[in-house]
Amino acid sequence: MTRSAVVPPFADITQQHEARNLGMTLFLASEVLLFGGLIGAAVIYRVIEPASAIAAARALNLPLATANTALLLTSSLAVAIAVVAYRSGNPRTSSAGFAVAAALGIAFLALKGAEYAEDASKGLFGGGGADWLLEGPGGLFIHLYTVATSLHALHMSVGIVLLTGAAWVLWRRRPRPPMAGGIELIGLYWHFVDIVWIFLFPAFYLARA
Amino acid sequence: MVQTVRSLVLAWLALLVLLVSTVGAAMAPIGAIKPALSFVIATAKAAVVLWLFMEVRRLDWRSRVALAIGAVWLAFLLGLSLLDLVSTATG
Repeated sequence: MTRSAVVPPFADITQQHEARNLGMTLFLASEVLLFGGLIGAAVIYRVIEPASAIAAARALNLPLATANTALLLTSSLAVAIAVVAYRSGNPRTSSAGFAVAAALGIAFLALKGAEYAEDASKGLFGGGGADWLLEGPGGLFIHLYTVATSLHALHMSVGIVLLTGAAWVLWRRRPRPPMAGGIELIGLYWHFVDIVWIFLFPAFYLARA
Repeated sequence: MVQTVRSLVLAWLALLVLLVSTVGAAMAPIGAIKPALSFVIATAKAAVVLWLFMEVRRLDWRSRVALAIGAVWLAFLLGLSLLDLVSTATG
């Protein structure tokens, strides 16, 4: 139950397990650079143009973003418990953990959607209302915020599909290769998406002072 | 399993305390160290997630090297950007 059967081209279960982990960690390393570049750009911008970065960051909704951070941290806890339950041979508990994490992920996206709607009504995506901000150097900060957070939301959407799939196969107690070997990898991916948000939070929302 | 879940819940509580701290620090009158402090706290949160949730200690050395390479390239990217920033400011 805790380990999937060996599938070609792997010689044994350890080799298969390590190869899968290596594939996922290489992918995550490439993601570090993708998000690291965006977050680095926001930080440099905050240093070069402090006044406009602070004004732009103050236009964002900090309470909503804080609530979303708490949701995401809690979803990571649910995934960590789900992986432990999977290893201990408790597929139903594991399934429940993944389902809770997926629900929290959906709640995160719903809040983010509400936040984008509020941003749009303030004129942060153009259309008047915040032209004083967008036409100045602060516009670049808002563009960076939009690109980085929407790219993160895209990663969240992929993660929610994976979490739901894991919850489904574990509930039916039929995790077979390749899904069975992927259970722990889904956990690694989701925690990484959490870490990305942990750095997006200070880079954009806490740049207000 | 119960013992492991207990330590995971403690890690989660620590993460929430760090979240409250970083938002509180952003509101507090502590001056110019605010941006740096917010990233120090974010790094602490990431370390908790990496170590206790992602269980990096359980990964084999090849996977750890892969993650470390990501960190090294990121250090190059940010380090060289910082160098450019400093040299432009002083030059």
